Amino acid sequence: MALWLEIIVSVFLVIGGVFGIVGSFGLVKLRDSMQRLHAPTKATTLGVGGVLIASMIYFGAIKGTLSFHELLITLFLFLTAPITANFIAKSFMARNMKPTDLPDTTRPYGWSVYDDPPGDTEMQEDARLED
Amino acid sequence: MIEYALLFAMGCFGIGLLFNLWRIARGPNPADRILSLDTMVINVIALLVLYGIFRETQIYYEAAMLVAMVGFVSTVAYSRFILRGDIIE
Amino acid sequence: MLKRLIPHPLVSLMLLIVWLGLVNKVTLGNVILGGFLGLVVPAITAPYWPNRPKVGRPLVAAEYVLIVLWDIIVANVQVALIILFKPNKAIQSKWVTVPLELTSPEAITVLAGTITLTPGTVTAALSADGGALLVHCLHAEDEVAVRDEIKSRYEGRLKEIFQ
Repeated sequence: MALWLEIIVSVFLVIGGVFGIVGSFGLVKLRDSMQRLHAPTKATTLGVGGVLIASMIYFGAIKGTLSFHELLITLFLFLTAPITANFIAKSFMARNMKPTDLPDTTRPYGWSVYDDPPGDTEMQEDARLED
Repeated sequence: MIEYALLFAMGCFGIGLLFNLWRIARGPNPADRILSLDTMVINVIALLVLYGIFRETQIYYEAAMLVAMVGFVSTVAYSRFILRGDIIE
Repeated sequence: MLKRLIPHPLVSLMLLIVWLGLVNKVTLGNVILGGFLGLVVPAITAPYWPNRPKVGRPLVAAEYVLIVLWDIIVANVQVALIILFKPNKAIQSKWVTVPLELTSPEAITVLAGTITLTPGTVTAALSADGGALLVHCLHAEDEVAVRDEIKSRYEGRLKEIFQ
């Protein structure tokens, strides 16, 4: 087992661990809910990313068994992290904020959390039929 | 050397889990709790992968992937419940 | 005919690759099974996704992915430093409205995902008519600068890719 490979794997592991703990620490430290939302996106991207890269190098170069599962997990996390963050932000805004707290959309319509999309008459008709 | 790095990373993510637990207990509003649960899922994924390296087996990747998928769906379900009062309309 | 048979060629390819990654072995049987899934799944889900998004300029797309990865790393370090060393009182969080020139839903989704993935900014909402994004910045001195950076760095390239 080459020493430099070990060093690379260790470095990635340490990077992942540090970013993981910083992400969780941000959850405790920051005061505002919207600010706290920033912390986990970090833990996902670099924390878990670093760990997965380390394991890919470890199993690929040191053990000699190449595996694609790490790539799939990374891809899945990168795809889902924005969606969960957006959902959490929306649920927070719907509960705890008024439209007046937010900046203007610079459009004739408000933000989608509070306003219905334009031209959504089909759904309204459906609702009327159900009534 | 890898052993020490592994232990360090495991310690980091473990302490991260404790931080998340603190936020779940304290969290002033539901969005904070959902966020903590989501972060917990991510930390658990990292811990599972690290444990896989520790035991030198790849069998934990399936578990990590399943945890990732279940975590995503449950986070979306929670938020949707708060947003609309209903999960499937 | 071919369009009916393979409504989304990129999705088919993606499904094949993901399937091969899941079984973790490239054998003929797995390729055939993955190809079969890649044909059947888009065909079944085609009614939910009638328009085929155009991805022109694959080189610009590759450049975009690399830029986003680099930005994720740089911004991660910046945000980690903010969290660790900046006192809470000094953190100035701001809401930024980003007016959009993109129109296709796929492009807007990619832009919103990119903004969230680069730490320090989170996409919070879309305006009801799909013409502006609401972005929350963890720490920004100048909101106009943030908006301009998003528009020039990401939106311009996405406009080239998707239109």
